Amino acid sequence: MSKRATRAAFGLALAQLALENENVVALSADLANSVKSSAMKKVAPERHFNFGIAEANMIGAAAGMAANGKIPYATSFAMFASGRAFDQVRNMVGYPHLNVKICASHSGLSAVENGATHQALEDMALMRAIPGMTVIQPCDDIETQQAVKAISEYDGPVYLRLGRNAVEDVNDADYQFQLGKGVIMHQGSSPITMFATGAMVQQSLEALELLKEKEIDPTLINIHTIKPLDEQLVLEYARKSDFIVSLEEHSIIGGLGSAIAEVTAANCPTRQLFIGTDDVYGESGRYEQLLDKFGLSAAAVAERISAFSKR
Amino acid sequence: MSELSEHANNIRKNILKMIHHAQSGHPGGSLSCTDILTALYFSVMNINKENINDVQRDKLVLSKGHASAGLYATLAEKGLISEEELLTYSQLGSRLQGHPNMNELPGVDMSTGSLGQGLSAAVGMCLANKLDGNGFRTYVICGDGEIQEGQIWEAAMSAGHYHLDNLLLFVDHNRLQSDGFNSEVMEIESIGAKFAAFNWNVLSCDGHDVDALVAVAKYAASCKGMPTVVIAETIKGKGVSFMEDQPDWHGKAPDDAQLAQALAELGGEQ
Repeated sequence: MSKRATRAAFGLALAQLALENENVVALSADLANSVKSSAMKKVAPERHFNFGIAEANMIGAAAGMAANGKIPYATSFAMFASGRAFDQVRNMVGYPHLNVKICASHSGLSAVENGATHQALEDMALMRAIPGMTVIQPCDDIETQQAVKAISEYDGPVYLRLGRNAVEDVNDADYQFQLGKGVIMHQGSSPITMFATGAMVQQSLEALELLKEKEIDPTLINIHTIKPLDEQLVLEYARKSDFIVSLEEHSIIGGLGSAIAEVTAANCPTRQLFIGTDDVYGESGRYEQLLDKFGLSAAAVAERISAFSKR
Repeated sequence: MSELSEHANNIRKNILKMIHHAQSGHPGGSLSCTDILTALYFSVMNINKENINDVQRDKLVLSKGHASAGLYATLAEKGLISEEELLTYSQLGSRLQGHPNMNELPGVDMSTGSLGQGLSAAVGMCLANKLDGNGFRTYVICGDGEIQEGQIWEAAMSAGHYHLDNLLLFVDHNRLQSDGFNSEVMEIESIGAKFAAFNWNVLSCDGHDVDALVAVAKYAASCKGMPTVVIAETIKGKGVSFMEDQPDWHGKAPDDAQLAQALAELGGEQ
């Protein structure tokens, strides 16, 4: 089984896309090597622009390029793409609905040792609140590579949330990414449904193994597109479930869990276990340590679901 | 009065009528950049009914988006929107939003409003035009207070770095901003030296001499290898005696009597 970070998959897919579509351009703010847009620089250097450590200007320039017909992939860490440049993303990309793809790496806790200043746990909440913004978080190499291409074929602003650390392939080679469509990863026999996004899909799959020992067998659905949410699928499974679980490497305020609750509350009120970071900042540490500390590791997830099922 | 000056005069009258009708808007900064808009739309930029919807053409980014009345009145003077529509300015359901929205109105080349952002968009347009080798030019109008925004200097740095000689920035140097004189709110001088330090070609011009503005824009097009900034020396509220140089008229609408006086000073109703 191959293991590759979604940021690395992004770089490879972007380079391939640049070869296929001459309108694709990449923008970096001194993080081309970290976010991996550097892979495109090798094959189309004239279409790879570095803006230095100046994210606000980079997002603004991406808006201008899109206004002139280009398909800009603007890259940075999630913290700076969504936070530092929020006004630019909202007013220059979102409001005019320009065709800018904001590709944000080191999201969630995956900025690891860099600590809280670099760990974006609020970015999905911010981006989701912008009208017309599509928010996607792929879970593995295959899904990322397909998502990078799929968003080039969609005309509008997209926030693509990527992780720093290697994740195992959880999808098969013949997997087909469909924007806005949830993916059933495991059809369980217990009336519990887990909705996971990004790296939490892998943690959830491992949690399923642990839960089996306790004779708990939830269904697991990968929600790669947080907005627009696959409301039909969410409601279909919420109706079948005693409770649902949202799993995200993000604050429980405003992200996937909130998006799901917004839909179920109105149509099918369902008890929900919100697995994400609480109303707190991250901190320095190794990825596995951080997942464990914030209750996002497979073991912690299994424990929390088991406990919740007894309530 | 020259033909260009007549256009400018008509634009000024419409700015005042729009803001009076809406009882909302920014007359001071709209009137200070009217002659720049006139020079660009009537003698410099290639923009007309036939190419207005083109993705690629000469473009203007009105970075000081609060001067929207100036832009809309110019588009009307150019025949790209109707004069009747001008009176919908900033009213519910209008294409003429208080700050320009490119999705609402053809001829608005970038949505602006949050200050300091337009120059970055123009940098992106110029890079795209260079990639395409199409020869189109991109124009920007910034307020002088606006250049207090840090993003302006990020953009200035990148325009110099990428040698964007297809970019022309006008700084509408009227020396006033919302809270008063620039020098009292936050000193911005020396503007020219700051741009020069970021590898820009720096020119200056009487911002109310339309012929001189046309000449400087045409000269700038011949300057290769670096972007050009024209520091246009202007008067906020230009053309209306009681508005000129008065900080109060940054964001205030004239009442009926004030409108009548202003229009009389500009030569009365057509």
